[in-house]
Amino acid sequence: MRVRALIKRILLQMIGDKRTLGLMFIAPLFVLTLMYFIFNSSAVNLKLGSVNLSPGIVQALKDANFDVTEYPAGTAVNDAVIKDKLDGMLQINGASVQLTLQNTDPTKSKQITLKLNQILASGLNPGMGAGAAAGSGGIVNSGANAGSGGAAAGISQNNAAAMRMIPTIEVSYIYGNADTTFFDILSPILVGFFVFFFVFLIAGIGLLRERMTGTLERLMSTPVRRGEVITGYLLGFGIFAAVQTVIIVLYAIIMLKIVLVGSIWNVLLINLLMAFVALSLGILLSTFASSEFQMMQFIPIVIVPQVFFAGLFPLEGMAGWLRALSRIMPIYYGADALKAVMYKGLGLGDIWGDILALMIFAIVFIILNLFALKKYRKL
Amino acid sequence: MCFDKIYIKLLQEVAEKMDAMVKVENIFKSYNKRTVLNDVSLDVARGQIYGLIGPSGAGKTTLVKTIVGMERADSGSISVMNIKMPNLDVLQNIGYMAQLDALYLELTGKQNLEFFAALFKLNKAEQKRRIAYASGLVDLSGELNKKTGAYSAGMRRRLSLAVAVIQDPDILILDEPTVGIDPELRFAIWNELHRLKDKEGKTIIITTHVMDEAAKCDYLAMIREGRIITKGTPDELVKSYNVADLEDVFMNAGRNIQ
Repeated sequence: MRVRALIKRILLQMIGDKRTLGLMFIAPLFVLTLMYFIFNSSAVNLKLGSVNLSPGIVQALKDANFDVTEYPAGTAVNDAVIKDKLDGMLQINGASVQLTLQNTDPTKSKQITLKLNQILASGLNPGMGAGAAAGSGGIVNSGANAGSGGAAAGISQNNAAAMRMIPTIEVSYIYGNADTTFFDILSPILVGFFVFFFVFLIAGIGLLRERMTGTLERLMSTPVRRGEVITGYLLGFGIFAAVQTVIIVLYAIIMLKIVLVGSIWNVLLINLLMAFVALSLGILLSTFASSEFQMMQFIPIVIVPQVFFAGLFPLEGMAGWLRALSRIMPIYYGADALKAVMYKGLGLGDIWGDILALMIFAIVFIILNLFALKKYRKL
Repeated sequence: MCFDKIYIKLLQEVAEKMDAMVKVENIFKSYNKRTVLNDVSLDVARGQIYGLIGPSGAGKTTLVKTIVGMERADSGSISVMNIKMPNLDVLQNIGYMAQLDALYLELTGKQNLEFFAALFKLNKAEQKRRIAYASGLVDLSGELNKKTGAYSAGMRRRLSLAVAVIQDPDILILDEPTVGIDPELRFAIWNELHRLKDKEGKTIIITTHVMDEAAKCDYLAMIREGRIITKGTPDELVKSYNVADLEDVFMNAGRNIQ
């Protein structure tokens, strides 16, 4: 009965606070949508300057979606790249090919290098073959930083027509397909992260307010048991967390068409577990905060590091102690399970370890919460 | 939960046969090496308004929290209705009102009262009856459907008092209940406290730092720096110190201790 009263009160409170309700339900959808559009925006054509290139090569470059601007021989390469905001400048002086890259965006630099290598190697370049020295290799580039006015040491590059006979590679994919984007891999992690983050925030601040206004103390001056208080809070906020989780997951899958190979029930199960962990962690950490601002201070300490270990960055290359650290992060397990289900299409049998880990986190936090309440009543 | 009720009934019967509703014996308490309560003893008789008077920071709040069982004394013992504290079942019979109003501002006055009534396991009929009584007591019957966030400071204080009596407890422990309340309402609250005592036999422990409120108590304990510097009825105190009013008693008693 007391638990029911607690749940009813939390529901009334939440419904009475429209703004918090809005934050909980709208904000994750907003951010998720924004990220969806950012990651799925179409690629911009790379801008390349050309000096001394034969029309054949220029055409080949244009076919490869380069915006090619031709410059007369003797152009000051660095100045032109900086002034005209080119991503790179390609020159041919006799047998040597020189590429100067702006390199303010390393991704673009890599793309240019890769594409040029392909074009040159595939031998569609009649102007190149003649007189080229034997031997081949990738284009070695040099960056001319926008800020540095020094002469670009354009390292000349021999390229050969020797690579003319490249066989077509047939690619097959174990997970996903040729159209897989970074967002497809990212989205399961994002869904899990938003569920975790917003539940953590709402539960933590909700309970903190109770501590600050003295209502928790008053609660503890009644014969209510500590277990009843924790149960009431977990279930009361849990109802909202569950609704929020379902909304985020359905929105991501139906509206944003996030890749979902496995079962949606497993996705919901994992997210609900994560919400539960976030809930118990948020309530626990609010014990150690004395104001909303102090609660916010837990975000860089508790939430942000978890993002690093969620699988956005490859864990394999990390130092041993860093990888050990990832094992104490709830999001690590949640993200791992979500990736497995949503992207790889694995089932419960493959993710039970992650599920178990999340359950252990929740149980540990709940037990700690029981002790933390002793601060308010020594019984 | 029938057992609870029988148990409480039993407690009440035992208590009726006893003089002391609340018995505090030689309690000490310190936080971080600072002594907050220093050998405090007091007996509160049934049907008494017992005032704890002292400046802010004297240890009044810590003392009442220790009586309720929210704090544990380092040594010494406390019993309420002859039951050693802390004890959950005894809390059913204590109405506690802290210095903070401790209300849920997103909820209406009625929802606040219902919530606390449910925590004390009152059934629906009892809830209805007690909410009508408690809100009438503090003159808020007409404002119950408003959100407490829209209440004035005085209304919140009154609702907080209503929450303290919601389960019809035998003992009321009120921590500075009249702080921030206008004189008229303060007068009304004191009238009500006397009525609760006279008509319903409630035992009331009240803390205050206002001397003119001290005169309205049946019995006083003056507290300074965690120590009880003097005890007695207001008349006794004024006579024994041979001074004009309680304020002078406090000054003289304070000097004696040093």
